[in-house]
Amino acid sequence: MGDMRELEDALRDTALPRGDVGADMAAGRFAARAEDEGLLEVAYGAVESPFGELLAAVTPRGLLRLSYDPSRNDSVLEEIAAKVSPRVLEAPPKLDPVRRELEEYFEGRRRDFDLKLDWGLTRGFFQKILRATARLGFGELATYKQMAEAAGSPRAVRAAGNALGSNPIPIVVPCHRIVRTGGKLGGYGGELGPYIGGPGVKRHLLELEGALDERGRPRLPGA
Amino acid sequence: MAVRLPPFQALLDEHRADVYRFLVASLGRDDADDCFQETFISALRAYPRLRDASNLRSWLFTIAHRKAIDAHRARGRRATPVEDLPERAAPTGPELNGEPELWAEVRRLPNKQRAAVLHRFVNDLAYADIGQVMGCSEDAARRSVHEGLKKLRTQWAT
Repeated sequence: MGDMRELEDALRDTALPRGDVGADMAAGRFAARAEDEGLLEVAYGAVESPFGELLAAVTPRGLLRLSYDPSRNDSVLEEIAAKVSPRVLEAPPKLDPVRRELEEYFEGRRRDFDLKLDWGLTRGFFQKILRATARLGFGELATYKQMAEAAGSPRAVRAAGNALGSNPIPIVVPCHRIVRTGGKLGGYGGELGPYIGGPGVKRHLLELEGALDERGRPRLPGA
Repeated sequence: MAVRLPPFQALLDEHRADVYRFLVASLGRDDADDCFQETFISALRAYPRLRDASNLRSWLFTIAHRKAIDAHRARGRRATPVEDLPERAAPTGPELNGEPELWAEVRRLPNKQRAAVLHRFVNDLAYADIGQVMGCSEDAARRSVHEGLKKLRTQWAT
């Protein structure tokens, strides 16, 4: 009766159980509240694709990131927190426009994306290459060499390749439209060249855009 | 050297259950939700300027602690003198496993003692951490827990 130990146990036992859903529900409402307060700087969520779920992140300036490999989601978000803003929250409704345009694209109902882009994860020469890439139209192919020229550094072909390999917004910034010159280089990507999502994904996107010939080779103008 | 802050969502995911439990124990379910939002909004506002990311849990509890005290004060201002009111149920409910009378007593403790008791028995914080969260020494934290328990024992164990 009135034993201190008994009281301590009663305090421990009668607290809210750890599996209570109240915290999840409160946390689920938090992103909307953060947005009302002007504190939602990076919103992320999953979007569907024929290659599985992609991670998408947007800022008030536009689409910041699309990422293929779900096992890398944590490191992708950590990089965003370090380079853009640590105010990163899961807010799936903010991704609705991205989701809609990608779905239309994958179903063949959309040729150009109307999404605004946030270039905040890119710098200098890499950004130049990627901005030039973003100007390529649906099904319009170019070589790594041409991209280096377009960015004003015709000899920086390898750097152009690295820039495209670092593309934070694949599909929408269509680095899949950059292919090798005439299959001469061979290697693991064949004539298509390497791709962040793997050669299978690159082939799928180029087929969707009608950019491969009947033998599955890129239709490069003048090749 | 700049600190590397994790994405805020990671903090929310990792600590939301503990912060929520603390607030429900402190305020009851009805007010816990508002206070939860206030706590994390306040944290999110200050987050990019944080210079030490080594103990984010106790940083969050420091904020939750202050918000819970604010909520208690606001409730005190809202309430008209008790004798004028018909018997009103304490803000507990089916949310707690049992002993609603005990929780009602906990909520009637003075701010410091209530917070210290909850940090100790709901959050399982060490006395050093309680001191950090409440901005007092480890000894003072231990004393507050002890005084709180003493008071609870006289009121609850009847």
